[in-house]
Amino acid sequence: MPATYLSDAEHHCAILLHNVATGYDNHVLFSELSLQIPVGGMVGIVGPTASGKTTLLKTILGMQPMLSGYIQINGQAINALPAGTIGYVPQLESIDWHFPVTVEEVIMMGLYTNGRIWPWLSKTERLAIHDLASRLGVEDCLRQHIGEISGGQRQRTFLARALISNPKLLILDEPTSGIDIKTQHDMLHLLADIHHGGTTVVLTTHDLNAVASHLPWVICFNRGIVAQGHPHDVFTNEILSLTYGGSITIVKHKGRLLVANSQPLHFDHARHH
Amino acid sequence: MEFLLEPLHYEFFRRGLLAAFLIGISSGLVGVYVVLRGMSYVGHGLSHAAVGGAVIGFVLNLDFYVGACAMGLLAILIIHKITHNQKIKLDAAIGIVTTAIFALGVAIINKLRHFKQNFEATLFGNILGITDQDLIMIGFVTLMTLVTMFFTYRSLLFATFDSEAAQIFGIHTESVQLLFSLLLTLTIIASLNVIGVTMVAATLIAPAMTARMLTDSFSRMIIYSMGVGAITGIAGMYMSYILDIASGSTVVLLSATLFSLSLFIKSPRNSG
Repeated sequence: MPATYLSDAEHHCAILLHNVATGYDNHVLFSELSLQIPVGGMVGIVGPTASGKTTLLKTILGMQPMLSGYIQINGQAINALPAGTIGYVPQLESIDWHFPVTVEEVIMMGLYTNGRIWPWLSKTERLAIHDLASRLGVEDCLRQHIGEISGGQRQRTFLARALISNPKLLILDEPTSGIDIKTQHDMLHLLADIHHGGTTVVLTTHDLNAVASHLPWVICFNRGIVAQGHPHDVFTNEILSLTYGGSITIVKHKGRLLVANSQPLHFDHARHH
Repeated sequence: MEFLLEPLHYEFFRRGLLAAFLIGISSGLVGVYVVLRGMSYVGHGLSHAAVGGAVIGFVLNLDFYVGACAMGLLAILIIHKITHNQKIKLDAAIGIVTTAIFALGVAIINKLRHFKQNFEATLFGNILGITDQDLIMIGFVTLMTLVTMFFTYRSLLFATFDSEAAQIFGIHTESVQLLFSLLLTLTIIASLNVIGVTMVAATLIAPAMTARMLTDSFSRMIIYSMGVGAITGIAGMYMSYILDIASGSTVVLLSATLFSLSLFIKSPRNSG
């Protein structure tokens, strides 16, 4: 759909999906999906395993063919976007940690979009990498192999690769998985800083508590949007049960939300039998 | 020193030495991507498809390289098409396509009883058989490989490491893959008369494997691999001359020895 047909609100969308359907081999995963994420938003997409969160991201990124509908990023079709508009951090489970690259070489990949064809880094590029690495706390491991660094440093390395071209939109697939609770907290604070700098941030996660305490907007997704809004409004027993298909307890304590499974395992009870 | 200088008096040895040196560099460079992309089997398959193509070319009165290149490239395109929908994996597609083309070549040889062309050099490598045409082909392929890979270094690295993200960052990964496959096919075909069909796959991957054991940096791996390829090419030619063994065998045996040594020299995590 041409950008001129869009309403003012749609013009200010970082991501706009209209009646999108997608799937694999004639199997429709989700259909009639419409979504607007405003420019400068920070949104978390939560849902159970196999709910289609990653497929939704891939559809937005143009990696998953649509069966119907249309998607626009900053008012433009994905294939018309200037290079470097979107920064992307993949699920780190998909990375080959034995591949022979250093942290600096990984971050350099993000500079592909600047059009430089020489294999080596220019002085400006090297400076930009050092500045960003310093900001993200990976400056000391630039010369290290990616397999040698910690989970948090890995996330920051791939975040640096995504940010090095100064994208307007940052999309992250499960940035809180595989790292400890403190590193998760640091990562989400870092993303909040990036968001405050004017970048639209969209991420998927399994960690409801991290979303509840760090993100201003959440989309509950299970083969379609179940609900969306501020975590305090959306994280209710009803909505989370609809999203996850089980009973979930929400605890509110001193203005903060805590999400827990309602059916804990009784290890002591089991041991006596 | 005399044993090093003496063979250089012979024209055929100087040609063979230059050919092996150039092939060592181009194979070392291409081999890095072959190893890291998990395509080691492709060298074996494509060399067989090239022989099938050479036989077909011979029957059609075409030049060796024309037939080999045509069928090598056709094999790559068919493999690319078969694996495109991701239902068939790369190794299976290579297995059926390249073996079928090789089988076609064998069938033609069997059917045409008057077939006189000797493919022994193509099968096992022969330094005596390096012609001007071979040298021109090898030089052209080496230069083309070096120039192309120099200017596509960033996109090739990104597409090899993280193909999906590379696509999102704006790299045409399919075009990169096809371009790489073209260079790979040409490198293999250029190596056939020096190294031989049966040995070319090892020549392609052994320098890269050795380099991998010596460094954890991609850029260094490329430099080391080209260096190891060039050294084994030159040393292998001398060994071939001195021991009177097919050049393909000596180059591969030397490459395997260097790789074995690299296992003891350093483990990947302890180097820069």
